Amino acid sequence: MIAASAPDPGAVHAAIEYTLRQDRGRLIAALTAVIGDFEMAEGCLQDAIIAALKDWPKNGIPTSRRGWLLQVARRRALDRFRRAKGFAEKSAQIAVLKQAEVDAPADTHDIPDHRLRLIFTCCHPSLDQKTCVALTLRTLGGLTTEEVARAFLDKPATMGQRLARARAKIGKAGIGFDIPDGAALNARMDSVLAVIYLIFNEGYAATKGDSPIRIDLCNEAIFLARLMADLSPETPEVGGLLALILLTHSRSAARYVEGGYIPLGQQDRSLWDQNRITEGQTVLERALRCGQVGPYQIQASIAALHCEAKSSDATDWRQIAALYRLLAQIEPSAIVTLNLAVAVSYGGDPQRALDLLTPLADQLADYQPFHAAKADVLRRMGLGQKAVTAYQRALAITQTQGEVSFLEGRIAEILDQQKKRPSSKARPKSNREV
Amino acid sequence: MKYLALIYAAAGTGPQPDTPEFGAMMAGYQAAGKTYAEDGVLLAGQALQSVETATSIRIRNGKAELTDGPFAETKEQLGGFYMFECETLDDAIKYAKMIPTAKHGTVEVRPIMTFD
Repeated sequence: MIAASAPDPGAVHAAIEYTLRQDRGRLIAALTAVIGDFEMAEGCLQDAIIAALKDWPKNGIPTSRRGWLLQVARRRALDRFRRAKGFAEKSAQIAVLKQAEVDAPADTHDIPDHRLRLIFTCCHPSLDQKTCVALTLRTLGGLTTEEVARAFLDKPATMGQRLARARAKIGKAGIGFDIPDGAALNARMDSVLAVIYLIFNEGYAATKGDSPIRIDLCNEAIFLARLMADLSPETPEVGGLLALILLTHSRSAARYVEGGYIPLGQQDRSLWDQNRITEGQTVLERALRCGQVGPYQIQASIAALHCEAKSSDATDWRQIAALYRLLAQIEPSAIVTLNLAVAVSYGGDPQRALDLLTPLADQLADYQPFHAAKADVLRRMGLGQKAVTAYQRALAITQTQGEVSFLEGRIAEILDQQKKRPSSKARPKSNREV
Repeated sequence: MKYLALIYAAAGTGPQPDTPEFGAMMAGYQAAGKTYAEDGVLLAGQALQSVETATSIRIRNGKAELTDGPFAETKEQLGGFYMFECETLDDAIKYAKMIPTAKHGTVEVRPIMTFD
């Protein structure tokens, strides 16, 4: 079915943009499945987009835009195969493409979903992780090259080259377009989940750009995690990751108020997004019922405990500390120990927390949250001077303005307390504290 | 597809001859070779003499210049190779992981170019 009157170019552009945003991944995956060549699939879809830009203003925007694009892209693939030298070798692909032409009218809504294969390809461990992130955002997130470049604060041309190199490597190095099986599946799944979590973290705790939280990247990660949860429902860690992202992101609105960073303990919990919390809890419960616990499920359980608590004091810190200990057994790291120390300090044992932090000092010397966490423990122990020193170390390596204001505020607060009560070692009270 | 697994290691690193570790490494090579043969993936595989035996050739202005020594004076040197026939990079990586020198050196996997 064709729209009655010819649309204006603006409407055509908007329609193409919207379709690609929604369905780019599905189209590339469907094309790659038939053509067997990711790079060529990209080229054929590009040809189809150019064709749409010419055709739609004249003949109207088709009812099934992705069906139209898929059909034109398939025809372009046939043309390319026929022109290519190794024509005979491609007879299998040509046969499939010809059959697809017969079977699938342009209005089809049932494009077979091969996106899971595509995401395994884009997140292949033989690609640099930054490349995996870029390729996944471009291919499955449907971002333009310019948008991906902006996410990395790269020039579009540089990002274009990175993406082109990656596509060429996928073809030339024989990175398969398959769902890995057996022992390989877990390792490859880990790499996919790590890429999605990296996208989320860059959005949630932006290390680049003016905005402390980049909602665009957070939403992108949620989209991809939901996609993985739909495509691979039997893998509990996928649910764990989706739940972790939803529960963490539910606190975004309270984390920065008027550009100022607010730590978890002092956030206005009425600003937390209850819909995301409910969805996160449901997804997590379903994942946990599988009985195969993993790092994402544990971290999501910790996030869920925070979301369920009415205040920082009412939080089940002992349970959180227990979960961090479990996480440290599965995936030991300095960051996990740091988080364990914070939980222990709020659980009522700040001295034990300091003992946990001390051995991390060298390893996390350049890690801002380490100094901020240590300062906070010292501050709550009433060790003002030591706290100020730690806050200053944190301040020296902070890059976002919101955190700079927060840390400066903390230092000023302690110095102010010390002026009022120069000899007192009593715990300083802030009126912002819950 | 054909893949070349290039085996690099720095001189003097890894197990030394006449130690139990060296024996274990050689047994590792034998086991890997057996798997390659059983799975039918091995096209070729050789160890190279040390870099001191290398001669490098460059033709400049039509004249061959010979240099005593390897192409590049890097710490890790090419010591041998395998060529595999595999469906995908994942399979090639699976077989390359079995090369014992990967434990102290580096194995680089490169697809062989096909001209069509």
